[in-house]
Amino acid sequence: MENKEKRTGEAKLMKGNEAFAEAAIRADIDAYFGYPITPQSEVLEYLEREIPGRHGLVLQAESEIASINMIYGAAGAGARVMTSSSSPGISLMQEGISYIAAAQLPCLIANIVRGGPGLGTIQPSQGDYFQATKGGGHGDYHLIVLAPSSVQEMADFVFDGFRLAEKYRNPVMILSDGALGQMMEKVILPEEGSLPKSVPAWATTGKTKNREHNVITSLFMQPEEMEQVNLRMQEKYKSMQKEVRYEEIQVEDAEFLLVAFGLSSRICQKTVDLAREKGIKVGLLRPITLYPYPYDRLKELSNQVEFMLTVEMNAGQMVEDVRLSVEGKVPVHFIGRMGGMILSPEDILHKIESIHESLNAVNV
Amino acid sequence: MNEKLYLEDEENLGTKVEEGYEQVYCRPDTLTDVPFHYCPGCGHSVVHKVLMEVIDELGIQEETIGVAPVGCSVFAYHYMNIDMQEAAHGRATAVATGIKRVLPEKYVFSYQGDGDLAAIGTAETIHTVNRGENILMLFINNGIYGMTGGQMAPTSLIGQVTSTSPYGREASQVGNPIKIADMLCLLPGAYYVTRQIVHNPNGVRKLKKALIKAFEYQKQKKGTCFVEVVSNCPSGWKMTPVETIKYLEEKMLPMYPIGDLKVPQN
Repeated sequence: MENKEKRTGEAKLMKGNEAFAEAAIRADIDAYFGYPITPQSEVLEYLEREIPGRHGLVLQAESEIASINMIYGAAGAGARVMTSSSSPGISLMQEGISYIAAAQLPCLIANIVRGGPGLGTIQPSQGDYFQATKGGGHGDYHLIVLAPSSVQEMADFVFDGFRLAEKYRNPVMILSDGALGQMMEKVILPEEGSLPKSVPAWATTGKTKNREHNVITSLFMQPEEMEQVNLRMQEKYKSMQKEVRYEEIQVEDAEFLLVAFGLSSRICQKTVDLAREKGIKVGLLRPITLYPYPYDRLKELSNQVEFMLTVEMNAGQMVEDVRLSVEGKVPVHFIGRMGGMILSPEDILHKIESIHESLNAVNV
Repeated sequence: MNEKLYLEDEENLGTKVEEGYEQVYCRPDTLTDVPFHYCPGCGHSVVHKVLMEVIDELGIQEETIGVAPVGCSVFAYHYMNIDMQEAAHGRATAVATGIKRVLPEKYVFSYQGDGDLAAIGTAETIHTVNRGENILMLFINNGIYGMTGGQMAPTSLIGQVTSTSPYGREASQVGNPIKIADMLCLLPGAYYVTRQIVHNPNGVRKLKKALIKAFEYQKQKKGTCFVEVVSNCPSGWKMTPVETIKYLEEKMLPMYPIGDLKVPQN
């Protein structure tokens, strides 16, 4: 899947959260429902400030539970809607997200992840990878998960997210983090009104004489029927696999491969440069879609590289998908920090060097 | 109402009434031809019918979107021939808010039981009314969780025996029955709050009037209209339908007296 937005106008210096919010208005959202939580409150604040003079509507709900259910109602009524929160708030939304996935409603949900578990910290983390990519709520469902690594992508992925959500009638999650939300970078915003919109035929907009009544539900009491619903959903998830996206940096001749998403991939880019200066052929694969995941590409690369090193701001979550991809062909190592702490490019380089040395020692 | 009269008898469904007879009753277009699953004597069927009659008579079938709850009326959309959404337990008014905000010219109602509205959904209930959402909240209070098999509800009476209060509800342990409609009256967002019954013809007539008012106020964007129906649960109360009416009148109504709790101030 390619990014198709026309970008016009001058580059602006914006916070990730604000670029995300501005992109939402430009993507012609009908409604945003949300609840304040650090480090993403700027989204709600920006929309409360901007929307009254422009278009759409914004409503501060009494909780994340209410906001995700408002999303359900509005999406079911055919509107283009979104919400955002940070980890503890996203946990509260999980029931609603499961219902939205089951009722097959398109919407956009952003998680500006902070350190957990529990109340945790307000610093950036990638500790919600499992929750975002493996379900999160109850039942067999998947979100499409996009992982931005820049303020530019915080804006672009709003458009990509709605396009995918509406194509597949599926909720899309943008899995970002507190640093991407808070940091300021140059961004060229997508053009306003460039995302086509129509009211779907299944929406509850009021029964007309020429059709049966529309019902939005996830309840199918007969197990035979519920199984069929599940099978259809699984078919849909299979068909989503073609939307897989990733970025490769200096992979062509790489002997060692870093695998990292989001903010971690930004740090890894610097590591690649540092390693190359020392003559170590390191490449980087950055998954952009975390669901669907680039299993096939990583499997191919397992024929090329000596080992892979997964870099994450958590205890090792995506590393399980990397290991699944390579099917044991190459060693897959992990380095990460938790609780809002961030690795330095040098930390990662040292890890590469130490793995490399230990491999050589074995070879001798 | 329908111009033509069809007999309700299944065998004769679709048969025109004989000449010389006058049409006095028919199924409204707003009710599907699906038999209710409700237990014999349960008030839900009557409330469904009255609500759908009102929507039919007001001619707003195409402009009304309903939200079904989790509870006995979880399948309300099987019977109500209008666009509907099924909400998670307790979240019906948040879902209704989402619908109403993006379709402000449509009529929106939520239909919830006591566990849904007054226990798990208390926060949504209070804040929906506090925002003065222009919706109708229809609240069926039968003092018990019917669908899950007769457990204690927030509205169960003191001493009431249920499957989770087998020795009777005790205030010192689980608090007193919650009078949520009375509480909501304190909020400026509540425009019209009333408590009705459906176990006798007079009650049905009054409920119908209350619902017509509520839709009229919604049209005028006056705020939240809250209509409580004190109802029965033969299966959950472990009584015959006739016994439930006696219990309802003697036990429930003293705790939940019928009548308007808040009327528009002119």
